[in-house]
Parts: sequence; C-alpha cells; structure tokens
Amino acid sequence: MRPILLAIVVCLVAHGGDETPVAASPFEQKSWSIPANGVDACVKTALDRKGIAFAKPCSDGVFIRRVYLDVIGALPEPATASAFLADPRPEKRAELVERLLADENYADYWALKWCDLLRVKAEFPINLWPNAVQLYHHWIREAVATNLPYDQFARELLTASGSNFRVAPANFYRAVQNRTPAGLAEAVALTFMGSRIASWPQPQRDNLAVFFSRVAYKGTDEWKEQIVYCDVAASAPLDVVFPDGKTARIPAGDDPRVVFADWLTAPDNPWFARCIANRVWSWLLGRGIIHEPDDIRPDNPPVNPELLAYLQKELVANQYDLKHLFRLILNSRTYQQSPVRQSDSPESTALFACYPVRQLDAEVLADALNWVGGAKEQYESRIPEPFTWIPREERTIALADGSITSTFLQVFGRPPRDSGLESERAHEANDAQRLFLLNSTEVYKRIQGSIRLRSLALATGGDRKKLVQGVYLTLLSREPTAAELAAAESYGKTAKVDANAATTDLAWALVNSMEFLYRH
Amino acid sequence: MNQKPNERFFPRRSVLKGILAGTAGLTLTDLAKAFAQPAAKPNAKSVIQIWMWGGPAQTETFDPKPDAGNNYCGPLRQPIDTNVPGIQIGQLLPRLAQNADKYTIIRSMTHGNNGHETAAYIVQTGHRPGGRLLFPALGAIVAKFRGYEAGYNSLIPPYVVLTQSQGRFDEAGFLGTRYKPFVTGGDPNATRFAVEGVVSASITEERQKSRRDLLHSLDSLRQALPDHPATQQLVGCEDKAYEMILGDAGKIFDLSTEDSQLRQRYGRTSFGQSCLMARRLVEAGVPYVTINYGGWDTHKQHFEAMRRMLPQLDAGMATLLEDLAERGLLDTTVVWWGGEFGRGPRIQWEAPWNGGRSHYGKCFSTVLAGGGFQGGKVIGASDATGENVAERPVYPPDVLGSICERMGIDPDAPFPNPAGMDLTVMPSGQEFGEGGGRLKEIM
Repeated sequence: MRPILLAIVVCLVAHGGDETPVAASPFEQKSWSIPANGVDACVKTALDRKGIAFAKPCSDGVFIRRVYLDVIGALPEPATASAFLADPRPEKRAELVERLLADENYADYWALKWCDLLRVKAEFPINLWPNAVQLYHHWIREAVATNLPYDQFARELLTASGSNFRVAPANFYRAVQNRTPAGLAEAVALTFMGSRIASWPQPQRDNLAVFFSRVAYKGTDEWKEQIVYCDVAASAPLDVVFPDGKTARIPAGDDPRVVFADWLTAPDNPWFARCIANRVWSWLLGRGIIHEPDDIRPDNPPVNPELLAYLQKELVANQYDLKHLFRLILNSRTYQQSPVRQSDSPESTALFACYPVRQLDAEVLADALNWVGGAKEQYESRIPEPFTWIPREERTIALADGSITSTFLQVFGRPPRDSGLESERAHEANDAQRLFLLNSTEVYKRIQGSIRLRSLALATGGDRKKLVQGVYLTLLSREPTAAELAAAESYGKTAKVDANAATTDLAWALVNSMEFLYRH
Repeated sequence: MNQKPNERFFPRRSVLKGILAGTAGLTLTDLAKAFAQPAAKPNAKSVIQIWMWGGPAQTETFDPKPDAGNNYCGPLRQPIDTNVPGIQIGQLLPRLAQNADKYTIIRSMTHGNNGHETAAYIVQTGHRPGGRLLFPALGAIVAKFRGYEAGYNSLIPPYVVLTQSQGRFDEAGFLGTRYKPFVTGGDPNATRFAVEGVVSASITEERQKSRRDLLHSLDSLRQALPDHPATQQLVGCEDKAYEMILGDAGKIFDLSTEDSQLRQRYGRTSFGQSCLMARRLVEAGVPYVTINYGGWDTHKQHFEAMRRMLPQLDAGMATLLEDLAERGLLDTTVVWWGGEFGRGPRIQWEAPWNGGRSHYGKCFSTVLAGGGFQGGKVIGASDATGENVAERPVYPPDVLGSICERMGIDPDAPFPNPAGMDLTVMPSGQEFGEGGGRLKEIM
C-alpha cells in the first residue's frame, strides 16, 4: 500500500497540485497522438461515403481506463494511472497495450469470455460436472495465456476424445443441452461459423450433423466421469457434404470430425476466419461488423465489408494469432475515439464513428467494487462432487463455473451459459441494479470500509483538494476538472456533513456515476 | 373426489349470489342464462409460491401412511383429522389441519426425476430439460403476462423472491433478464427487514437527497451524453429507484406496522414473517411472490428435522391462509405449496443416513389453495406404501397450466420464443405420461 500512496501524493504535487487549467471535457483531447492504421483506412472510407465524421480522440485518462477494462477486465492502480497521465511520450499508448496483452489478467478475462461461448458450467442444463469444469477452464485459460493459434484451438476442441476429467477439450462435446448429432452440429456452427443453424435449410443442417454422427459417450465407474469417443468400430465409409456443398467419402475407421476440422480451418474457408475476426471486433467495439456476431447469414451482410476482409486477411496472414488482431484494433484511431460522437447520423454508431458506451460486465463490476475494498463478494459452489470453495482473494473474472450462485452476478447480467449466444450477456441497466448500487449495505460497506480511501485521507493530511484529486484518480483514473473539484470541495458545507462523511459521499457518488459503471 | 354436496347443485358461488340478487331485480331470463352458462369465475390476481427447496417429505406432511409399517412411516405414525371429514394429514401440522377446507391436496404428483436442479426446472417450467431452449419458470410467465404486458407499473417488481435466490437455475429462461425475480435479501424476522437497496441501514433521508445532488453534479459522462440510450435507461432506472428509496413504495417492507399478535401467529421465524411479507405484497398487487423455503433435503436424521421444521411451516402457512381469507384475498390469491420432488417412502435407517429419506420424484404431494381453486379436496392417490401413483397422475405442466388458467393466462396460447418454435405457454402433460390433465376437478 505505502509505495503506491506515496506515488500518488508525489504525483499530485507534481501535476495536479498547481493551477494548470484542465480541459473542458475530461473525455477528449484536441488532436491525435497516434498514427492512423489499416483499420482506420477501412472505417474512414465507409464514414466518408456517408459524410460522417470521426469522434475526437479520447483523453489519456479515458484511454487507460478503457484499455484496462477492455483488455484485462480490471481497473488501473491510481499510481499507474497517474504515471501514465504524466508521461508525455506519444508511444505510451502502444506500450500500455503491449503490457496489458501480456498481463495475467488477460488470460483470466478472455478465458471468461470463451467459457461463456463454450457453456462452461457444472450443472443444469449443461451438466459438465465440477471436476470437468475446473479442468476445462484451466485448459481454456492456458490456451489464452499461451496465445494458442486460433485454428489449433478450434481443432483441438473439435477432434478431442477421452474422459471429461482427464482430456479437457473433450468437454466441448458434452457442453450442449442436446447431445445428439443435430445438437452438436448446432453448437459447432454457432461457435466456429458464427451461424445459427436454425436459419439453414434442413438438408444442409442434416449434412452437418453427419460429421458428428459417430460421437458417442459412455460412463465409467467414477461418479460423473464420462468418456467422449468416436465410434469407428462398426463403421462403413461415410459420405459427407460440407456446408459449402463440396462432398467427400470418409474411409471406414477415420474420424469424420478430423475431416471436418481440416475443412473448417483451411485458410480459404469462408466462415472460420470471418467469424472470429468479427467476434474480436465486436468484443472491443461493442458490436459486430456483422451484427449480431453469431448471426452470420446471407441476409445479414457486414456494414463494412472492406474492414471485415482486412481483419480476416491480417488474421490468416499472421497464423491465426488473436493477439495480433487485438493489437491492430487497440492501436487504431477508431478504437481510441471519444465516446461522444460528432455526427447526429443514425448510422454513426453502426459504422463505428465513436467508442460505444456499455455497462461493465457483471464479473468486472464485482471485481471493481471489491477492489474499492471494505468487503468482498464471496463465492462457493455446493454442487457435488466435490464442493468448490473459492478463496476470498480470487477475482470474479477467474471463476470457472457458470453454475456458481450469485445474486449480484445474476442481477448485473452474467450469462447463464446455456446457449452460447453472445446476447446472453446483458449490458443494460435495470431497476434492481440501480437500487443495489445506490442504497445497498454491500456498496455501503465497500466504501465505508475501504482501506484505499482511508489511507488516502490520512496521506493527504486534511488537504481537501488533494484528497478530492486522489479519490478521482483512484476511482475514475483521472484528475477532476475545475468544476468537479469545486463541487466536490464545497459539498461538505452545503450538505452539512463532516469531512469523513463528505469523503464517503464523494466516493459513493463517483462509484454511482456512469463513468465508473460504464466502459466509455 | 369427494365433492361438497351443495356444489353439485349450485356449481358456482357467483350463481348463488345471483339467486340472492334475483329478489332485487334480476329477471328470470337472467337466472336461466346464469344456469345455462355459468359465469366464469373472476381471475386470480396473485400467486404465492411456497417453494420447499430440497424436497419435503409427503409422508410427514400431506400424505401420511400410518399403516405402512415402521420402515415407511417411522416414529411419526399418528396422522390427525382435519376439518374436512375423511382427510388426514401429518401429526405435526395441527393448524393446517384446521384449515383443510381452504386447500386441495394433490397426492399423485409425478415426474420421475430425482436430481434437485433438473426436478426444480421440471416442476417450475413444466418442461423436461434438453432441446434448444431454456424455458421460463411460472413466476417469469406471470411477470410477463400479468405483469409487464398487463400494464403493471408498480415500483415493486412483479416477481419477488423472499429472501434468497433459488440459484443453480435461471428462472427467467428464454424471456431474459427483465423477468428474473427481484431477490429481497435481508431477514423479515429481523428488527428491520433490510431489503437490499430499498431499505438502507444507516443513511438518513436528508443525506440520501444531498448525495443524489452530488451524484448529479459530478456525473460528467452522463452530462456529456444526455441523449445516449444508455444514459436514458440509467436515468429511468434511477428515478424509479429513488421513488422506492425516498417515497412510500419501500414502506411495504416495514413489518413493524403489523399487529404484533398477528406476527406471533405467523411465527417469529424467517419463514413465518416471509409469509406475512408475501401477504403484504399480494395485498399491494404484486402478481407473483416466491417464498424460497430451504432445508427440506433431509437425507440424514429426517425425523429430528421434521420435528424442528414442521411446526414453523404449520404456523406460517396456516396463518397465511387464515389471514388471506379474513382479508378477502384468498379468492384472488393462489397459494401453491411444494418442492421439486418428495422424499423416499422407505426410510433409510442405516448409517450414514440414520433414519433419512432420499429424493423421490415418482410420487409426491403438492397443495393448492385459493385463487378460485376449491378447497377441502384430495386429488389422486398414492398406493399403500406411497411408492407409486395409484390413481389420477398429475404432472407438473398440469399444475402450472391450471394456475395459468386461474390467473387468466391462456396456457394454450402461442408462446413467442427466440428459436421461433411453435410453442404454447404451457405444454400439455403428454410427454410425461398418460392420464394427466389440468385440474378441472377443483376449478
């Protein structure tokens, strides 16, 4: 704690303490400090065609908070934020992106995302069972951490056989409500082709199911263990039709899933790279170039085909390295726009002419509130067997099991992980959330008992202005504007509360502000 | 089964009222019409679901088997008469026995599943799991058709759970987040029922207001994006939240205004006071309240647990029925008692169970009262040991569909869903087996 605090105070003296005027909007800066890249060229062409202007560049304060939340699902430490704000070099943004892509939270946060899409939950209605959930989550997290090329990731999932307790990716074929060839085909199309099979003609659906017609399951003597295998023993050659209409005869004894994986991950496959490139874009820019990102079909065309083609090409040329795609997008001006759009055109949002404002993921918000301190969400799972006890210091984004009961996470839109649809996760405000944030004992305890805030009060030794600046830096990763500073400083007097209560109320107000609760 | 004699001749209470009114100006033709087409009963307005999470034993509650021998009935082998001749219930439920005229016991519930989550899903959605959709529980269906789509605009959400979430199962199913229940948290038996978010432990009203002003002056992003849909949604929710925090709506949770003798009658337990709270909520027009009453998964030392818990159930539920009836609310409030399954009729005396009962979905009991369902009846029967349904099987969708009908929700109407499938609000019970059907006997 101490070195961090010291750093804040030093920084405040050096940068925030003088009378330098702060820009009118804390969300924008006047001019770009980064060059435009290939992404921007594609976006700009589409915007120019419609006469829509880019939003202004986002400020450094907005950028550091945004990129932390988007890339690792966590808030920056105040000392980190203040050092970043003070750094005059233009390359600091790109360097921050690199640092975050290598952060351990990156693996946790993106494993969370993949566990949503792959429906990783112990119990109803997926029933992976607790041991299998831990194993599968661990494998997914490792794949993300080591940046396993995406085509290999898909291939390992598609072709795995073995015990759910021992061969992690074999759980891919168990994580569906409906363990039939048709149910598996639906999951495969949704996950790797971004396509909802319900919109396909029946013969095409049946053709896809043929590839999974030999997937079989059997139990063992161990409770809840299940073996996934390809039943090749009795099989004759299998005639298959690929989704693009090509046909093949799979010799007896061969696993048709391997044949399918070969077809799917071939560089010229029209679905595979397109689906993931579009997904990654939607994760960072709030909506797909094809929207929704898992509803790709002929009558739902991309809003910017050149952009999607560019991302696809980059991904394939870089051996399906997803971090390459992240880097490309995060370092673009498109991503680094302000949330305030410059054009009133209704198409400006769909064509990416500003950064999309959206509520934090439930797990990220839980962690952000825990990070403020004072109290923590405690998770446990009484699903047998074994019961899962989660250490107090575990971050919410690192939870493996979607079956873990948590009213907070449910209210704030955690996906139930039943269908694998991206839209399962809700980012909209609701009444229950607002009541909880404004007035619950849980939020009260976090602020009231926050060691961060108490230490800040001690370290600033009664200097109200420094204290307010410190609270802003801690909770919003930026310094207050002159107007905000004035309002916060005079609050104690107007509300007739003492200094401690005034600090609590300031922290409460910032935690309840849209700026804290929404990615922006 | 044993219909009350007067109802054979006067099938509807409303008709009786009609006859009495006849002297005050009804014509003969009106009367004839009334007999020819009995006026439909008014719809029920609310449901109180007493959810016996874990699976309560039918043997010790509503389907005693005193003649089945020690391996089936154990020490609690003296069921008691009720105020309805011919109906007996468990000996630890004397006050419910005095209210048997208010409810109907279904002794032939069956779905055959013995897993908590799966059975809880089946009993509350009417569907077996599998397929492409996850179906909503009855509470979410009521919240949709009798709540949001019926112009319900109270500050209190239409689907409330007292006090903890059921968990492990998504009640809203494919209907989505909006239809999830509002979970109160807190303890209605505490001095102050601190409903999370509504009743603050320590912030005065004046300070609430000054904090709100501070929030509004400092929320710069909201000011920078005044027309953004996210801002407008947030502001809408916030206005409602403050009406609840600062206005009168939140006062509904203040149980201290209730008569202390009545509170005693309900029992000073979390369950008893939850029953009282449920009555207050339906009185205020909330269409669906679940009392999530856990602790019934009595694998071990079952009889000790029954002696401890059944008196709480008895006081809370009996007082709820009496209190609703006294206030004229029982006619419009369905009270639905039951768990995901019952418990094994054959007792496990051996270690480690030491007199326990296992999960049992093959034959168990459910109770329905009020809301236009007739009381004082028994539907179906189990066999001599309670191991099998002996007559008139009742499947989960039969119960749910019947409650829908009483609530004025057509269970056979098309049910729009994200998969675009051809569905009705509630399925027929056919996928479960033969001989079921909605509970016309008591409707």
